[in-house]
Amino acid sequence: MSQQTFESKNQLFWQDFEKLLSALEQGKATGKMQLTEFPRLYRQLCHQLAFAQNRQYSPYLIDRLNHLVLRGHQQLYQQKAGYNPQILFYITTGFPRLIRQEAIYLWMACFMFYGSLLIMGAVVYQWPEMIYSLLTSDQVLTMESMYQPDKDVIGRDRESDSDFYMFGHYIKNNIGIGFQTFAGGILGGLGTLFYLLYNGLFLGAVAGHLTRIGYDQTFYSFIIGHGAFELTAIVLMGMAGLKLGYALIAPKQKTYIQSLKEAGSIVIQIVYGASLFFLIAAFIEAFWSSSTLLPNMVKYIVGSGFWLLVIAYLGLAGR
Amino acid sequence: MQLDTLQSISTPEGIRLDIRVAGPMVRFLAWVIDACFRMAIVIAFIFALLPFGKLGSGFWLILMFLLEWFYPVIFEIYYHGATPGKKIMGILVMKEDGAPMTWSASLLRNILRFVDFLPIFYGFALVSMLLRQDFKRLGDLSAGTLVIYAEPNPISPTEPNAESLALTFPLSIEMQRAIIDYSQRSQQFSEQRQQELADMIPVLTGDQAQNRIQRLHGIAKWLLNKS
Repeated sequence: MSQQTFESKNQLFWQDFEKLLSALEQGKATGKMQLTEFPRLYRQLCHQLAFAQNRQYSPYLIDRLNHLVLRGHQQLYQQKAGYNPQILFYITTGFPRLIRQEAIYLWMACFMFYGSLLIMGAVVYQWPEMIYSLLTSDQVLTMESMYQPDKDVIGRDRESDSDFYMFGHYIKNNIGIGFQTFAGGILGGLGTLFYLLYNGLFLGAVAGHLTRIGYDQTFYSFIIGHGAFELTAIVLMGMAGLKLGYALIAPKQKTYIQSLKEAGSIVIQIVYGASLFFLIAAFIEAFWSSSTLLPNMVKYIVGSGFWLLVIAYLGLAGR
Repeated sequence: MQLDTLQSISTPEGIRLDIRVAGPMVRFLAWVIDACFRMAIVIAFIFALLPFGKLGSGFWLILMFLLEWFYPVIFEIYYHGATPGKKIMGILVMKEDGAPMTWSASLLRNILRFVDFLPIFYGFALVSMLLRQDFKRLGDLSAGTLVIYAEPNPISPTEPNAESLALTFPLSIEMQRAIIDYSQRSQQFSEQRQQELADMIPVLTGDQAQNRIQRLHGIAKWLLNKS
């Protein structure tokens, strides 16, 4: 077939296809007929492009078909945005299953975070001056003033602060740190390691110090509630980062890039869940933990309940 | 060796699609435009939320968080893979198999941006891009995404002002492209350069040096009107 015959034969088809494409791209509802027809028309166009390439037709014609096929490809292979019923399934079943499936990284992250926390806590409890190896004296004073037992509002200094302001603050800071903890994993896990250890040591130092000077009641009653979600979220982000890093250290039979990509598609699902944990933690920390109206006993009971809930969710949901 | 940035992707239909990947410079410029745009949003919201005191500050912090991490994600998902900066620079991001961006891919490449930014101002990203033919930064490598030029609908070439000259043998598609591009762009370089290029292929342009440019235009015209 000569190029001219080919062009005159298909000119109308291309015009119609382009019209349909424009309608689809703008999201204008086209007839049901057209939508079911689209894949067939697209395949026909692909065939025409292959034909034109094979026959070495003029570059302009090939460019035009290439352009149309690329646009068609984007329409045909897109995922539908909007509400996805899988989200509910993911929360109730998919996420906890994924965590159990990759549990080795969870234990590694737990070991680094809680290990450094406990060691630093014990060290500072025993040798109080060790806290200054990590915090400046100003930071220590701030911490002490936050958790003074005779204060109206515990937690960060907030006589004039509204709870909602703190909610925003926790979201920006904590989820940001969570994302950084995860992202550091691509450096062979080193970045993740740094964030896990640093946060563990920092929290351990503060806890050890406040326990030693007798502010333990205000401190522990404050953190027990949201801690269930926040500390778990940090560990989950660390877990995702460690898995990403391990994919680079030991790609096994795959290429580095292939290994990284495969790990990437899995760990991003851990990041979704961990972000949700952070969101819940920010909510509890802003609106529940800081309240002074509630007796400590209530906070301890509810906080322990949260911890049991988190452990039961990750350990049992979706079995 | 390949000098241009043309790459091809294979689709499930068994065809090859040609795309042009975007390099560090154009992506940097797009980033600068986006940075300005983001700054404008930040300032606008400072003034808008100022009257609301602590409540407004809370909203502002959440907004900062969203702008920092989700600004590119939202645009990549809902505006055909291009943030305003990318749109202005004529580039867009898509999956490396040619499909539009997904939430997971977009979120992954934009969270990993944090590491791409290290140690100073996109240092890792630049190294990664320069080491690869497809200019992927670390985030693109992990998410399997590609930044390409959003090529507009190809415009039909103008007819060269010459006598159509038919060849008796076929030319490869690369050769055809080269000759047509030569003819289309010949106004952009000097007479001497035109002659120099035409002299390189006496097989097509003949023995007489003074006719060679005209002959190439003639072949281009024939290629464009080929039937």
